[in-house]
Amino acid sequence: MTPTVAHFGKDLIGLEPLTGDQIRAILDTAEPFKEISERRIKKVPVLRGKTIVNLFFEPSTRTRISFEFAEKRLSADTVNIQTAGSSVVKGETLVDTARNLEAMRIDMVVMRHSASGAARFLAERIPSNVINAGDGSHEHPTQGLLDLLTIRDNLGKIEGAKVCIVGDILHSRVARSNIYGLIKLGAEVAVCGPPTLQPVGIEELGVHIFNRVEEAIEWADALNVLRLQLERMQSGYVPSLREYNRLWGISTARLEHAPKELLILHPGPMNRGVEIDSDVADGEHSVILDQVTNGVAVRMAVLYLLAGGAPEKAESAKGGAES
Amino acid sequence: MAREVTERTGGTERLVLMGIHRRGDEIAALLHDEIEKAEGKPVALGSLDITLYRDDLGTVGPRPLIGESTLPPEGIDDRVVVIVDDVLYTGRTARAALNELMDWGRPSKVYLCVLIDRGGRELPIQPDIVGRKVEVIGNRKIEVLVPALDGRLAVEIVKNLPAEK
Repeated sequence: MTPTVAHFGKDLIGLEPLTGDQIRAILDTAEPFKEISERRIKKVPVLRGKTIVNLFFEPSTRTRISFEFAEKRLSADTVNIQTAGSSVVKGETLVDTARNLEAMRIDMVVMRHSASGAARFLAERIPSNVINAGDGSHEHPTQGLLDLLTIRDNLGKIEGAKVCIVGDILHSRVARSNIYGLIKLGAEVAVCGPPTLQPVGIEELGVHIFNRVEEAIEWADALNVLRLQLERMQSGYVPSLREYNRLWGISTARLEHAPKELLILHPGPMNRGVEIDSDVADGEHSVILDQVTNGVAVRMAVLYLLAGGAPEKAESAKGGAES
Repeated sequence: MAREVTERTGGTERLVLMGIHRRGDEIAALLHDEIEKAEGKPVALGSLDITLYRDDLGTVGPRPLIGESTLPPEGIDDRVVVIVDDVLYTGRTARAALNELMDWGRPSKVYLCVLIDRGGRELPIQPDIVGRKVEVIGNRKIEVLVPALDGRLAVEIVKNLPAEK
């Protein structure tokens, strides 16, 4: 019998509800998809005839394009909807937008929304598969998965790896997806950043807290450096960008004190000279562009796994696998 | 079989053996070694994982694991490609392999070589090179065992299709 990957449900809302084995299955599935993007003809027919809507209520370039490449390389038909110029600005509710899309017989929705919980809200109300492409400060599961894949590629395994997330943990869905995913796969996780940007009770998730970035550098195998949203300064979370850089910025001078070579990740887009210095971002231990490449493979894997037939059909389909 | 491959394809120069993952891979590797030994020349070898080209993906619940397809570095353009599999049954795998091959390039000629042809075709696909033709009824399963995966080379007819393995 053909070996199969465990089904993980209709939707991908976050990494929190998944088991370690389910996360590993997604990462393992992403491996063969990497190779498709290296082919001359970067397309396989696996999602032929499926219609996917990329519904972005927040601006996004990287994530949307990455999803779009993943969808197109799997031969799906895609429609992009961005809020500017859509009926959303005319006051349509999320459910109405989704129901209208349903009425046009779509198969999957990839959604980015500024409200935490928006993805689950939508998933519970429509029969299509829903993939969360970031909801408020809740989760950004495909970013978490691509970070996991990049760490696994470069360190060999995630189990036992020491990963420190540096920056604005409070508002970061990337941090949350990373923490859930890394801990489920057996990594040690720490966070580090201005106290005003650390959520209260974060240690209950099982993470260490470093109050100085120097301590984090001494401890970690990998640093995931988060983007400092520039509007945080206006809201008074950090006094100035220069001070942020001086206290928390990852620079070559700081990394020289590391006892071992550190892997540097950043979810992008980078503020060079704020949370990360250019020579680090472009340095030999930076895997920031590997993350982008892996993002397409991970999203292809998620689309492939979710687009399968309903689990109850599995029984009748068995035996159809023989040559 | 190795001799038949080189006879049909006209030598080893432009020959590429492409095994279908997984057991076709192993048969292709065995054939590859035999041909190299007999001809004394290197032969290109690759493999195809047809999972993403299956025609039943929309109905299968749990997703099949995907293997990696590998091409010889020279590619397959203008080459004579021999698709190798262990058992030819419905022809659906061979159809998928052909489609995948066409996405990889444009071979000048494609042959289908199977160790066992068990009949029961559901598509108009016939093999060019056959190790052995075996007539079996539908509920029996033919298992080809290969040294790399099973420790020995053998062909077994399993009486009744096991429910699940």
